[in-house]
Formats: sequence, C-alpha cells, structure tokens
Amino acid sequence: MAGFTQHEDRRTQNADYPAAITASWVNRLFLWFLPLSFLVVFFFYPFFRILAYSFSIESLKLPNLQLAFHVLIFTVYQAVLSTILTLLIGLPAAYLFARFDFRGKTLLRALTLVPFMLPTVVVAAGFNALLGPRGWVNLGLMQALALESPPIPFVGTLSAILIAHVFYNTTIVIRIVGNALSGLDPKLEQAARSLGADSRRVWWNVTLPLLRSSLLAASLLVFLFDFTSFGVILLLGGPAFATLEVEIYIQALQLLNFPVAALLAFIQLLCTLAFAIIYSRISTRSNVQSAPRAGGSNIRKPKARLERVFVTGMLMLLISFFILPMLALPLRSVSRLDADRGQHGTVRVGLTADYYDELFINRNGSIFYVPPVQAAANSLGYAGATVLLSLLLGFPAALALAKPRRLERILDPILIIPLGASAVTLGLGFILAFGHWLTYPWLVPLAHTLVALPFVIRTLQPALASIPDRLRQAAISLGASPFRVWQTVDWPILQRATLTAATFAFTISLGEFGATILLSRPDYPTIPIAIYRFLSQPGGLNYGQAMAMATLLMALTTAGILLIEKLRLPGAGEF
Amino acid sequence: MLELRDIYKTYEDQPLLCGISFALTAAETVCLLGASGSGKSTLLKLIAGLEMPDSGKIMWEGQDLASTPAHSRDFGLVFQDYALFPHLDVFDNVAFGLKMKSWSYVEIEKRVNEVLSLVGMNNFNHRKVTDLSGGEQQRVALARAIAPRPRMLMFDEPLGALDRALREDLLYQLRGILRRTHIPAIYVTHDQEEAFTIADRVLMLHSGRIVRAGSPAEVWTSPGTAWAAEFLGLGNVIEGNCRSRNERLKMWNISTTFGRFDVKCAHKHEIGDNVHLLLRPAQIEGGSVVRGLVVDVLFQQDRFKAVLENSLYVYVQKPPKIGQMITVRVAVKCLG
Repeated sequence: MAGFTQHEDRRTQNADYPAAITASWVNRLFLWFLPLSFLVVFFFYPFFRILAYSFSIESLKLPNLQLAFHVLIFTVYQAVLSTILTLLIGLPAAYLFARFDFRGKTLLRALTLVPFMLPTVVVAAGFNALLGPRGWVNLGLMQALALESPPIPFVGTLSAILIAHVFYNTTIVIRIVGNALSGLDPKLEQAARSLGADSRRVWWNVTLPLLRSSLLAASLLVFLFDFTSFGVILLLGGPAFATLEVEIYIQALQLLNFPVAALLAFIQLLCTLAFAIIYSRISTRSNVQSAPRAGGSNIRKPKARLERVFVTGMLMLLISFFILPMLALPLRSVSRLDADRGQHGTVRVGLTADYYDELFINRNGSIFYVPPVQAAANSLGYAGATVLLSLLLGFPAALALAKPRRLERILDPILIIPLGASAVTLGLGFILAFGHWLTYPWLVPLAHTLVALPFVIRTLQPALASIPDRLRQAAISLGASPFRVWQTVDWPILQRATLTAATFAFTISLGEFGATILLSRPDYPTIPIAIYRFLSQPGGLNYGQAMAMATLLMALTTAGILLIEKLRLPGAGEF
Repeated sequence: MLELRDIYKTYEDQPLLCGISFALTAAETVCLLGASGSGKSTLLKLIAGLEMPDSGKIMWEGQDLASTPAHSRDFGLVFQDYALFPHLDVFDNVAFGLKMKSWSYVEIEKRVNEVLSLVGMNNFNHRKVTDLSGGEQQRVALARAIAPRPRMLMFDEPLGALDRALREDLLYQLRGILRRTHIPAIYVTHDQEEAFTIADRVLMLHSGRIVRAGSPAEVWTSPGTAWAAEFLGLGNVIEGNCRSRNERLKMWNISTTFGRFDVKCAHKHEIGDNVHLLLRPAQIEGGSVVRGLVVDVLFQQDRFKAVLENSLYVYVQKPPKIGQMITVRVAVKCLG
C-alpha cells in the first residue's frame, strides 16, 4: 500500500513540475532556446568547421597523415604509460582507503582530490618548484654537492609528464576502485575463505573479478584524461613531446597550418568519443555491481605487522607525493634561492616578498609585456563573465532537464557533449569559425562557458529535481503567490546549488589554459597564460613571479574546491 | 567433534562473549538462539576462523584450531544474504570449494549435479545467480556449502531474508538434508520456531553467556530464566516475593501484584527473596487462579487471546466480552 502511494506521488510530480513555468510547449521551447542556440553557434558550428577543414584536399596528404599517425602513437604511448603508473600507485591507495582505518583518513582522502581539480599550470608550476632546474631539490643538491648545473633533469623529460599525470589522476583510481572495494559485501570473501580459498586465491578468484568493471572504468577514465592532457605536457615536457593536443596547438598557433591542426583535432575528437562511449557503458555496469549492500563493514585498524608496514609505507608515499609539490610551490614563491635577472655577485638567499611585489610593478621590457596585475584583472573579468553566462544558460537547461519530457531526454547528452571535446580542440574550432573576431577579447569567456556549462547543468539539475512538488503545493495552499513560492521554497534549496555551480564556473574559468592559449590576444593574457610566459622566460625573477602567480591561483582554486566540497549535496556523485 | 572452551571476545571494548563453552556431537544440529546483538554471529565467525577469540579454545576432535586458518578448517558457512559470488553462475558457485580442493573436472561436475539435485536445483547449472529468487539463491548457497563435504555446517540466520511460507518450506527441507547427510551443524537464529523445528539441542545466548541449554522440549517446559521465558514468548513473566515455605509439599507461597501463588519450586530461596514467575497463558485443570477484567480479545486461529486489565493475557476457547470479569486456572512456574 505504502509503495503504491509513493509511486503515485512520483507520477503526479512528473506531470506538473513547476506548473507555472513548464506547462506549455511554448514555455519549454523558451527554456531550450538559449542553451541550445548557444551550443549550436559556439560548439557545433566550430565543430563542423573543424570537420570541413580536416576533410579538405590540403589536409589529407600523405606527410600530414604520417605526422598524425606518429603523434597519435606517441599520445597513446604516454597515456598508456601514465595509466599503468597511476594504477600502480592508485590500486594500493584504493585498498588502503577501502580496508583500513587510520588517523587523518578523511583529510588525506580530501587532499588526494585537490590535485584533480587544480589548474594544469599550477600543477606544472608545483612540480617545477619541486624538481625543476630552479626547484628545491636541484638547488639543494647543487648547494650540497657544489655543482655548477642542476643534477636532476626534470623539465623536458617524459618522466615529468608521467609523474604529473599520476599526480593528477591517482584520485580517480582511489575513488572509483576504492568505492567499489568498500562496497563489496565482506561476506563474499568470508564465504570464499570458508570454502577453502586462502587470501591469495580470495583476491584472484573473488575480489579482483568483482572489481573488474570498476578497474576498467577507472583505467579508461585515467587514460582519457592522459590522452587529452595539454597544459602539463606543454609546460613540463615542452614541444618535443608532441601529443595530439600539443601538436594541434603548434600547428595552429605557431605554424598557422590550420588544415593539419583540424585533421589532428578530428582524430582527437574521434578517439575521445570512442573512449567516452566505452567508459559510459562500463561505468553503468560497475555501478550495478558495486552497489553497497547492507552487512558488516570490512574496514579495520592495521594489526598484523605486514599490514602496519603497508599502511605506514603507503601513507608516507601518498603524503609526500601529494603534498610536497603543493608545498614546494608556495614556499618557493617566498624564497630567493638563486640569482635574479641582472643581479650579479653574491646572491642574497632567504625569505622574500619581492616576487609578489614585482607582480604589481609595470616594467615595460617587451612590447607584449603586460603587468601581472592586468592579467589577474583579465582573469577575474573573464571568470565573472563565465559565471554569469553559464548560469544564464545553465538554469533554463537544468530546469527543462529536471523533469524532462520523453523527446527532451535526447537533449540531455547533447548538453554534455562539450565535456568530451578537449579544450585545445574547442579553441581551434573557435579560431576556424570566428577567426576574424579574434581581436575581440570576449571569445575567451564564451569558450570558458562551453567548458563550464556541463558542470553547471549537472550541479543545478539534481537540486531542481529534488524539490518535491508537495512543498510548492503546500505553500500555494497556504496562500503564497508564485513569486513567494519561488522565494520561500525554491530559492532556499537552490541557493547552495547555485553557489556551487557559480564556484565551479569561476574556478574552471580561472584555471582554463588549453582554449585560452589559442584564443587570448597577446595583450589580454589571463593568469595561467602569464604563468606560462614567465615560466618559459629565463631568469630568477621571472621564475619567482611565475611561482607567486601560481601560488595565488592555487590559493583561489583551493578555496573554490573547498567551497564546492562544503556545499556538496549529500549523495551527489563524484564522477 | 567440535568443542568450545571458555570463549571470550570483546567488540569495540564492549564484552560480547563471556565464557562460552559447549560441545557438538556427531550428526547433531545445535541451534544458537538469541536476540540480535547477542554475539551469535560473532561466535560463528570465531568457529569459522574469520575472527580470533580474545581467550578460550576452539577444538576439533581434541585438536586446537587456533593455528588453523579459515580456509583449512573445512567448515561450511551459509549466510543470511546468501553471499553468492555474483560474477559466477550457479555451477561455478557450487564448484568453487571443489576447485579450491583441486578436484578433477569430472568429479566436480558429478558432485555439483549431485548437491544441486539434493537441494532441488538441478537444471539451474548455468543460470546467473543474480537472476534467482531469494529461496533459490539460498538453496544454491546451501549446495555450495555442502559440496566440498565439510566436516561441519554453520548457518547464520539462513532464512531471515525469506518470507514466511518459503521459510517453513525450506526449513523442513534443510532438516531433511541435515538428517540424510549426517553433517553436524550449528544453526544461528533469533526465531524460536525455527530453532525448535531444526535443532536437536538449543543453546540460548544472552548478554554473552549461554543461559539455557537443552532439547527443544526441555527448554520449552523449563526455560530457566525470566529472560528466556520472555524471549521465547512462553507466557506472562511477573515479579514476586517469597513469603512462606511448605517443606512437606516443597512449595513456596509467593505474593505478587496479581495475587498469591503456591508454586512448586526446586530452587533455594529465603523468605523475602524476589523471584520471577511464569504464568503460562493456557488453561489447565487444577492450576492457579487468575482473575481479571477483560480489556481486549484477539482471535488467534484455534483460540482467543484475552488481555486482562492488569496486562496479563490468557488463552480461552470461547471469546469473553470486553468488560467481563473472568477467572481462569493456569500453570505457574518459578523461574528463580
């Protein structure tokens, strides 16, 4: 009886969701009009321009295809290597979080999530501050061993790329595989043991097969991120390590060879689409299997010697791996360790605020020199515009998707598609489609909005769908006008989601690198672009300023991440 | 066969098992009966070797099992929620234990078919276990536990997740299977009817101790403690005070808020001691007199349950009227 009424409730809820807004087709068309036309103009049109370019006679020449093939091979090669390394660290870490109880577990788990959401320039700058030629380790070794040059090659090596990728994506393995592992019914393993399986055979015959799809899903997602990674490779590897993304950037911006860039972008889109489809297939399967069951938990305190060694070792590894780069960066930004530009003779080593002071000084050394403050102002302006635009477009889309009609369900994936396109590809599409408008700075926030929109919609939609109609009906029956209903029922619930969505849009725009580097005019850089320029110029002062700006960006982004985490509705998914 | 000596176990600093000792004889089915949280499931895990006791010994035919890991103990285990491997089909689930013992494929196939038909699940070999109903899953789980010919079977509330009719049906079948296979078994449940149906011997577990042990009939006729009588739903458990002793008839006169009762009692009491009495609800000839105003009458298949003003209840054949004063004669037992 109870089940029946519940079912009825849901049906009526579906039928007349905010009756005033979504009743007629005219109104629903109105909801769809803005977001869909935005996507058509700024995503699908550029996308077709890429298609048109990549199928031109100019692009489909043998040398171009050969280049594309080589680049594709290297892209897959580094992505596979990165994925394997990520699994090597992520799997024991997932096991650690899923099976053991230790002090500071929640904090460490949250910490492992931070890198995943940090802008690529910050991660690159962090590893540069730790292991780069002017980083702590190399300068320390030079000092200690009285060396002339940095002993550890890091920037410009494949290892740098791999390490940064592992740093970025380990949390994916920890979350997906770890959740599956802790969701496993401990009785399955107990049953296996009582049937004569020792712990090795329990692992191979029961646990691992049950984790298979979540392992696959995690690996694929990690691979996808490694495959489309751009900032890390450009900043830490350099142009010598040309992945599809980097090569698109080089061909488009440095060689102005748009047909080849478009061909590469097309290959990139095709691969991403294929991986995304496989991923969504696998992840729905793994969701079914790892659904948490009632029953005892298998989280324990480490007791046996081997367990203690494992837990301590993993903790030390994770803490040093996840915290050192993020610690090296801010510390490096306030430490003078080597000669600044134009400084001769003895170097004053010690704490300094010079790099921060320098950010506010306008030194007109080069024609394209833009003071860092100006870059920060640009970034904030772009971020503000992105927030406004993505909320403006996201709200109607989320409202329509909260209770979709049958036909509208098809539109749901369409709104999310931009998520699959890499940022560099988006940038290239904008260049090909709106090249003659490149002199206007407003293309940048439009591209940022495309990147942020899926996140905004995904944040608002569940909140909108979660408001029970009974609340509205109760408010109406108590005499509230439609506006009062919105003000007293909808808005208090939506407030959190709106703030979360705005923060998402803001931090995404602030850290966006791939599209921005293709679209931003030299005299309108953003913070990440400025960091990239500082990092690629010689001299201690430039380096220090890069560190200082990256530290500021890290602080802003971390604040955003913490805010999002704090506002997260219980039960909202992670990936 | 199995013998437990003075088992102690604490869980999160709370004593869970305080000195459990019992022994299991060949082909015997022992039922551990207790409320949830009484430590029954933990006791099973200790015996299975999935957890270790804080102190005490678990022995098999005189040999301490402390150094025998779970996978070498050869005890079959059946869980309430079946714990079938979702990635394996029915056949592979049942064959799991046999594969662990490295049986040949021919032998495995023969044995799997044998146990599957024993539980009435032949022709299910290659079905996905996730597609089976609860009752079917539990049959497969039973087959899986029996297949490697364990020296003992353990059941942890095996029928708890099933509906009533299915539960009774499976219970009788399980009883039959245990009789036929002669495998000694420990059966954990909180359901007294289940316990009385399947057990040769019932052990009642309460706050970490075995408070009553005996055949179902023995436990039923003399539950021993107030807790056991209440848990088993044997009747009204009331408090009383010993007033006088009739040595010749070996009877105590005990005063309660429901009147005075003369109770035959083998316990040692002093005058003034507080005791618990069990007033069985069924009418018997020559029993003690209980009087009361009827406040509610419930229909219970072959009888009526009359609830009296003083919250006692009795069973009567003809329904009294609400508000009527009735007098019934019932059996009264001292619970000590």
